[in-house]
Amino acid sequence: MDIFLSGLEIIARWDVIAALLIGSIGGVMVGAMPGVGAAVAIAIMLPATFSLEPIVGLTALLGIYGSSMFGGAIPAILINTPGTPVNALTTYDGYPMTKRGEARRALSLAYSASFFGGVFSIFCLILLAPVLARIAPMFGAREIFLAAFLGIVLVVVTHRGQVLAAGMLVCYGIFLKTVGLEGAGYTQRYTFGQTWLASGVDLIVVVLGLFALSQAFILLSGKDQKYELPPMTKSGFFSSMAEILRFKRVATVSSSLGVICGIIPGVGEFMSQFLSYGYAQKTSKTPDLFGKGNPEGIIASEAANNSVPAAAMIPLLALGIPGEELTAMMLSVFYVHNVVPGPQLFQDHMDFVVALYIALFLLNVLVVLFLLVSTNSLMKVMLIPNRFLGMMILTFSLIGVYSLRNSLKDCAIAAAFGVFGFILKRLDWPTSPIILGMVLGGLMETKLRTAMARVETPWDFINRPIAFVLFSMIVIAIVLHVVSVVRDRKKVAGNA
Amino acid sequence: MEHENATPHVFPEARKPGELFYSFIFLGTAVALLSMIFWQTSVLPGKGFSAQPRTWPLISLAGMAIFALANLVATSRSTRTPGRWKEVAVWLRSLEYVGWYLLYVAAIPVIGYLTATLAFCLFMTWRAGYRSLLAFGAAVVFALFVVLLFKSLFNVKIPGGAVYEFLPDTLRYIMIRYF
Repeated sequence: MDIFLSGLEIIARWDVIAALLIGSIGGVMVGAMPGVGAAVAIAIMLPATFSLEPIVGLTALLGIYGSSMFGGAIPAILINTPGTPVNALTTYDGYPMTKRGEARRALSLAYSASFFGGVFSIFCLILLAPVLARIAPMFGAREIFLAAFLGIVLVVVTHRGQVLAAGMLVCYGIFLKTVGLEGAGYTQRYTFGQTWLASGVDLIVVVLGLFALSQAFILLSGKDQKYELPPMTKSGFFSSMAEILRFKRVATVSSSLGVICGIIPGVGEFMSQFLSYGYAQKTSKTPDLFGKGNPEGIIASEAANNSVPAAAMIPLLALGIPGEELTAMMLSVFYVHNVVPGPQLFQDHMDFVVALYIALFLLNVLVVLFLLVSTNSLMKVMLIPNRFLGMMILTFSLIGVYSLRNSLKDCAIAAAFGVFGFILKRLDWPTSPIILGMVLGGLMETKLRTAMARVETPWDFINRPIAFVLFSMIVIAIVLHVVSVVRDRKKVAGNA
Repeated sequence: MEHENATPHVFPEARKPGELFYSFIFLGTAVALLSMIFWQTSVLPGKGFSAQPRTWPLISLAGMAIFALANLVATSRSTRTPGRWKEVAVWLRSLEYVGWYLLYVAAIPVIGYLTATLAFCLFMTWRAGYRSLLAFGAAVVFALFVVLLFKSLFNVKIPGGAVYEFLPDTLRYIMIRYF
């Protein structure tokens, strides 16, 4: 209880509340604009948060992260275009409901499922916190190395259909992190004699290029989409929201899957959504209606993706390991303020962790309240033409890159990564493995160096219980993937 | 070589236009970087493999090359979608926006953030094909919003323009500090 009160004290400040409001409302708006998404918004906001206190900066970013998926459901349901990529499955059942005149019901279900998922995951984390505080100190250098390696493996194998591209891009991310002056022997790596490369490739510059600038180029080089907004009844949000109580099982299982996928580094919203949707369809009394406007489909998708953000904070806070690109960006906020996430944070600053959980809970409440009164007005942001949106992103991006060091070189590097990201997006290759490679690669190098000082035989590396469990998970993930590939090949050969 | 039936997990059924070309570029880059490892990284005497500065560039570039080679093979075996050079032209066309963006960055220390942002937003609106007064008005409002929010309110670190030096003292301070 004392820790809870301390956590409450941390966030009971006008600047934290303001950050929460700006983050959550801004996140909903960003989510509601197809083609922007939380990654772009966080990439742009990131450098601006460096001048703020960690709790203020993180609250603003958490606000965007946690609320963008609420907003992303609006275009997914109304115009069949997911606001953020993780709302993709919401279109399957949301849009058919809109077509048969049930847009408001679909939106209410999405909001209530998102709220349920968000709050469920926070309660899970509150229950898990004491366990984490006990387990986190058991993570030494080798366990953190193995957990980061597990993240790398999972990032690759969960990109179904793009495993090879994800593999090479994650390796590229690891390579990028090695460029510059290394810390152990102070030697230069891949600097080609250029002094500006000695400090390495800045993660923020890469993030802004890959996420924000590339998206601006995509929008500017494309055509404007013409959307027609469906008519909406003026009332009935509250009564429709209560409908989620009819689907308690689907909401609970989907949220649980979201929590599990959020905790495991490298898995995240996509996997949780697909697992939940698959579960909901398999156990439904009306599986044939999935994809044709089944409320269970919306609940499964939205509850699952909204339960991930809180859970994804677990590996980040407890071990300093980001599970996906958004938490990787947040990690840099910690480092800028010399706050080192990891076991020590859970032991010494549990009140800070609790404060973040309270902030997450408040943002869910704020977002639902905001959506209840503003959905009709919010629908208008979907009408901003794509190319105009591209111009807006390009203008915003400058603040992120240029304010770092007022360097034209940083802007040129960001622009180069923008073109690189543009090509990757055109080819449907994933961009997040690069960021995770950069963050986890650097962590792996440091931790392996520390761990190997105490290791004499290979067995020593995994002779501690957590290290052994992590190693087993890596082996299982690789074996399962190979088995599924072989099985698919056999199936294809059988069909031929 | 075209194969209709490819495995969904690793080998996509059809490749995007330009995918083979880019896979080849990626593999070439990985191999080129790998070939430079002996003169771009060093080995420290008396240190183990895990503590060598060369280890992680070697692991990452080798991984990149292996995955890129496998990706190239997989891509070449999947069904081709025509339009490779048209796609490459689209990639090259994005360089135009890079040019405008860098020009915008370069103009800030000269003409100031406010003027550069207004000019950039108006020009990009025109370049994107909008001609209506509403679009230009929205661009001006947006540019003012960005400058007022980030420079005036948040004091984000952006230098004042050189042209501000020609302004009277009081106005110059306000312009440098807030715009």
